[in-house]
Amino acid sequence: MRWQIPLLIVLLCGVVVAVQYFVPLEELEFIYENALDWIIITGVFAMMLGLWSLFRVSISKVQNKAPGWGYNLITLAGLFGMLFLGYRVESLAEGSLFMKLFRYVYIPIQATMFSLLAFYVASAAYRAFRARTVVSTILLATALIIMLRMIPLGFLSNWNQVLANWILTVPNMAAKRAIAMGVGLGMIATALKIVLGIERAYMGRD
Amino acid sequence: MSFYEKMMTLDRRWVYLCVGIAVAVPLFVPFTVPVSVTPEVRSVYDFVESLKEGDRLFIAIDYDPTVMAELQPMSLTIMRQCFAKGVKLIISALHQNGPGMAEQLVSLVSKEFDKKSGVDYCYLGYKPYPGLTILAMGQNFRIPFPQDYYGVSLDSMPMMQGVRNYDQVKAIIAMEAGWVADSWIRDANGRYKVPVALGVTGVMAADYFQYLPSKQIFGLMGGLKGAAEYESLAKQKERQATGRMKVQTIAHIMVIIFIVIGNVGFFMSKRKK
Amino acid sequence: MDLGSALWNGLAVFLTLCIFSILYKDNPFYKLAEHLVVGISAGYFAIILYYNGFLPKVWVPVVKEGKFYYLIPTILGIMMWTRFSRKWSWVSRYPIAAYMGIGMGLAIPLTMYAFILTQLSATMQPVGFANAKLINNLLVAVWVLCGLIYFFFSKEHTGAFGWAAKIGIWTLMVGFGAGFGVTVMGRVSILIERFEFLVNYAKALIG
Repeated sequence: MRWQIPLLIVLLCGVVVAVQYFVPLEELEFIYENALDWIIITGVFAMMLGLWSLFRVSISKVQNKAPGWGYNLITLAGLFGMLFLGYRVESLAEGSLFMKLFRYVYIPIQATMFSLLAFYVASAAYRAFRARTVVSTILLATALIIMLRMIPLGFLSNWNQVLANWILTVPNMAAKRAIAMGVGLGMIATALKIVLGIERAYMGRD
Repeated sequence: MSFYEKMMTLDRRWVYLCVGIAVAVPLFVPFTVPVSVTPEVRSVYDFVESLKEGDRLFIAIDYDPTVMAELQPMSLTIMRQCFAKGVKLIISALHQNGPGMAEQLVSLVSKEFDKKSGVDYCYLGYKPYPGLTILAMGQNFRIPFPQDYYGVSLDSMPMMQGVRNYDQVKAIIAMEAGWVADSWIRDANGRYKVPVALGVTGVMAADYFQYLPSKQIFGLMGGLKGAAEYESLAKQKERQATGRMKVQTIAHIMVIIFIVIGNVGFFMSKRKK
Repeated sequence: MDLGSALWNGLAVFLTLCIFSILYKDNPFYKLAEHLVVGISAGYFAIILYYNGFLPKVWVPVVKEGKFYYLIPTILGIMMWTRFSRKWSWVSRYPIAAYMGIGMGLAIPLTMYAFILTQLSATMQPVGFANAKLINNLLVAVWVLCGLIYFFFSKEHTGAFGWAAKIGIWTLMVGFGAGFGVTVMGRVSILIERFEFLVNYAKALIG
């Protein structure tokens, strides 16, 4: 029962919504709309799992005085600080302390963390980007042509723009289309395996 | 160790320093770089320009502050263009860390044009499971969003009277930083046939060209360059992306120099052996 | 710039520099900022989830509007929380099964239409040598086919099939090269914005 009923639920839900796509019956549309509505509500609770997990991990490190536990204390302070400051709906409006922390703490740190990638890209380009083989040379040459779009080259700029646009709209498009179709076929195969109960890893183990 | 071998083992912090200088110095030097407009950006601009007063446009601000630098300029420009024309906006923020930032953006632009929530725009906010939310909005906006971000019922809003789902909006312009872009194409355009245009980050820009000839999207704005192209068409006073293009130029020159030096060093040190 | 703005922006500048300090080497300032942002973002998301998710979708319909059938998805959602219990984690399979069933059931026809059939139809365009559009259509058709052949590993890549696979990998490399080219722009954009912020703050302080 711990496996059979969930697998039956997957099969029923999967078949009903798939059939609904092709059969425009009012009853099926009613089921479809309510299914979407209800799943979004379960999603609200599912998202809380991540928060609980973060809390559990941080608390356990603080309690066990694991190396660097002071930093976990800071994580918990940030978490509970935001929960405390956001308890009123007025906190969501611009100017509240809650939004100030979001704007002057969260945004700068997150944006700066991602901006570090610019340094790493340059470092990787210097250390690893080598024209060793035919395929890597093709990759390198294409990357250089696309990057040269950003640099005014006088009369060569027009030719480079035309070449770069052609690369993006013809060979690059063909490559990405082949990848997208391959991924799409894989996605459909996996979806079928899940609906038919062949793939069960998502349910965890006993 | 030969000169070329030393070049190959250069401490990466020198590379970081060079990148930092390449980005910082142009900020103090006034110059501009030309921006050539591509057809895929022009088609988004022409579409928004063709909208009339009272038309409804759906804008999805599905990104978080990490990619604000690329997507915020295009979001700002399009929203200003719409409000100037009297186009009514329905806005969602389906990225979990984006709603606050999107709310700041909406507040900023609505104040500039003296636009009121519920009358001129409706900011829906966030819901989990973006793919399912997009599908649910195709049936009825009120399924995932019975209320807007501020807790006001959609049924009580003048601009949402008679607006049930995507059939009542002219198009969706989705600013995306992740896989939700695929959801707009597959679910909103694929199932409900609503026209979709995308504004995506530079990293994703090359991945969505295949949807243009298949007419699954009618326009594509890619990264800071796409934003700068749109700004050059819109001709608004504030042009964040255009100002940053000069720094992009210098940074790109730096990266190309690194690639060339790296390869020269590699081949020369190989030859020595 | 007023004092309040100067202090808040000063805090943002300090935290920005804390993150940049990792470029030199790992240090306590970086770790402080890193752990702080994890807590702040989790707390922020919890509040957003409460006001955007729980209140309008659960509290208002059940308590204020009397729509008690919404208790069913609420109970399903709460069943998800048993995931953390070794003894009761099997209970979480029910809501997960519902979500997976609906998600996968929807994915099959939608993915087939949007990512396979529409893309195939866009690939099968008139071809020829009369003008650039026809030549480009021919190139796209050939390259898409070669790209798909490269991913077909059930047959050995030898002979004509091998050559098609080789052209396929070359096409894919052009795609990846284009991807790298635009990625550089994408990554640098975020860095530009950060440096602009630091420079603007310095300019505002100096006056």
